[in-house]
Amino acid sequence: MSALQLRIAGIGVYAPGLPDWPQAGRALRGESVPDTSSLARPAPPLLPAAERRRAPETVLYAAQAAAEACAMAQCEPAGLPCVFSSTQGDIAITDYMCATLASAPLELSPTKFHNSVHNAAVGYWSIATGCEQASTAVSCWIHSFGAGLLEAALQVADTQAPVLLVAYDAAAAGALRSAIPFDCGFAVALVLAPAGQGSGPQLSLTPAEPGPASLPRADWAQALIARNACADALALLQALAGAQPVQLRIAAGGEFALSAQVQP
Amino acid sequence: MTAHTATSAAGRGVAALSAALRERRSGLRRNDFTRTALECWIGRVDGLEQAPLPAGYASLDCRNNRLAWAGLTQDGFLEQALAAVQRYGAGRVAIVLGTSTASIGATEEGYRELADDGVFLPAYRDFVLHTPHSLVTFVQRVLGARGPACTVATACSSSAKVFAQAERLIRLGWADAAVVGGVDTLCDSVLFGFNALQLVSPQPCRPFDAGRNGISIGEAAGFALLERGGNAAGAAQLLGWGESSDAHHMSSPHPQGRGARQAIAGALQRAGLDAADIGYINLHGTATPANDAVEAAVVADLFPAQTRASSTKGWTGHTLGAAGIVEAVACLIALEQGFIPGTLNCSEPDPLCGPQLALDNEAAAPQVALSSSFGFGGNNAALIFGRGGRA
Repeated sequence: MSALQLRIAGIGVYAPGLPDWPQAGRALRGESVPDTSSLARPAPPLLPAAERRRAPETVLYAAQAAAEACAMAQCEPAGLPCVFSSTQGDIAITDYMCATLASAPLELSPTKFHNSVHNAAVGYWSIATGCEQASTAVSCWIHSFGAGLLEAALQVADTQAPVLLVAYDAAAAGALRSAIPFDCGFAVALVLAPAGQGSGPQLSLTPAEPGPASLPRADWAQALIARNACADALALLQALAGAQPVQLRIAAGGEFALSAQVQP
Repeated sequence: MTAHTATSAAGRGVAALSAALRERRSGLRRNDFTRTALECWIGRVDGLEQAPLPAGYASLDCRNNRLAWAGLTQDGFLEQALAAVQRYGAGRVAIVLGTSTASIGATEEGYRELADDGVFLPAYRDFVLHTPHSLVTFVQRVLGARGPACTVATACSSSAKVFAQAERLIRLGWADAAVVGGVDTLCDSVLFGFNALQLVSPQPCRPFDAGRNGISIGEAAGFALLERGGNAAGAAQLLGWGESSDAHHMSSPHPQGRGARQAIAGALQRAGLDAADIGYINLHGTATPANDAVEAAVVADLFPAQTRASSTKGWTGHTLGAAGIVEAVACLIALEQGFIPGTLNCSEPDPLCGPQLALDNEAAAPQVALSSSFGFGGNNAALIFGRGGRA
């Protein structure tokens, strides 16, 4: 089996203390220590004003990171197939739904219901950007970043054209806090392109022998992984921010991992 | 495609579904599922309440995984999937399953029984049980597969899109076989959610009928085993798939069906076929006024008069994230058994429908069948299957 050979054409980040890729890159190179205590509601440039006001947080996080990655890649979002990946989608909406269903099911909000689907973020994104390409919403529990990365990379290999990957999760809410350990939002977006096209670091993916996933160096970065599973991406982002070739293991399932070779 | 199965209100396993289709026996019944009264009809699978998961899977026990287990154990599917894991090696078998709400019924239960301080009781604190990946986690443990594993959750197109994702995994060398399919179960979220959107009919759903007034929600589990070079021994084949986005609205289809047309065109192109090659179309046909109007016009426009088309949701209800796999199995029944299921509960077709719509069952031997699935968020997928023995 041949390795998936890719180029990272664009990167976007929206996470506590990491409001965009340039600042995340500096922090991951050890040039600054981010304040990861809070995350403001973003106003993603590509969403209409009404959606910026009323859309669920996960939609905003995902769209903010996606818009940054598309801009860096100089790709028109309408032309990019989308792979959106998330452990649980919008937990605050699940909390609202389940609390309302337990008390007054006939009063359930129709808007909250259609916003509760796992593909809400990619749905809003495709509507806002006029993207009629294939779009998908996947989940692989706490390995959703790696599983989404594999699916996006396979689509790139299949079509020999760029694909947008976005991985995002939100803080747990309500009673779900007693089961889901996430306490902050986190979104990361990559525009993946065939290795032979454009500029940007090279990424090669093959299946890895099972073993522990690579971790980012900094304490704050490792702490973020415990606070939101999509922060799994920080090990790859650290490699992309660096100047040296790096070999990583990225969890992509309970017993499945990717071996990633990064050539900045 | 070397094995397939489906379990729904229309019966457990392929033979039961096929018999229900032939006898035009609907699986729908008056809603007896919700604690708060809701006037509607549902496609409920009997016996799940009395059938906990086998010992060893207790932490993943929920209605959705019970239905997954009921589905896996029909038609010898479990044995064939285990044999594939044995044959190819655990790391070479992928699992890609679709679901819309997965085990959210367990989350709903947790919220009905909260502790005094507003947290879950200990029985409800399993993290994965509150995520869409609970289904794949369960099936992966049952099969002992350790290859790529992924949940697709794009609402009502989920378990159609799994075929595309698994086909890529196999063709590009990341797996030798894949278990695909999907499971969705009745829960308050979808019953009261679709009710809030005024999309639930108080009667059994009537796809493509001029007087249709909404969906009947059902539950189902279905699985298929895809193998590299699985065209041996006359097995049906996945010939093509297409995926697209409407880019229009979260819960209404594009009025001209642009996304639906693109998905169908993509599947035909990938299969190297023309619309005239399609013998049977299993339509999404949910019985909402909007979906069926758009889909009727698309089919009337794209396909020749002799193509046969029907919606089987009058038998199963709309099984949401499981609709793609259940309707893929309906296509395989049409191909393998040589008959076209009609459209149950449609007595006076919408004038938008073309001559393709089959109301009564028909004897025919289609060689190629297409299934279309459209989900919230404007998420579309189309699959094309060929009868076994084709080149």
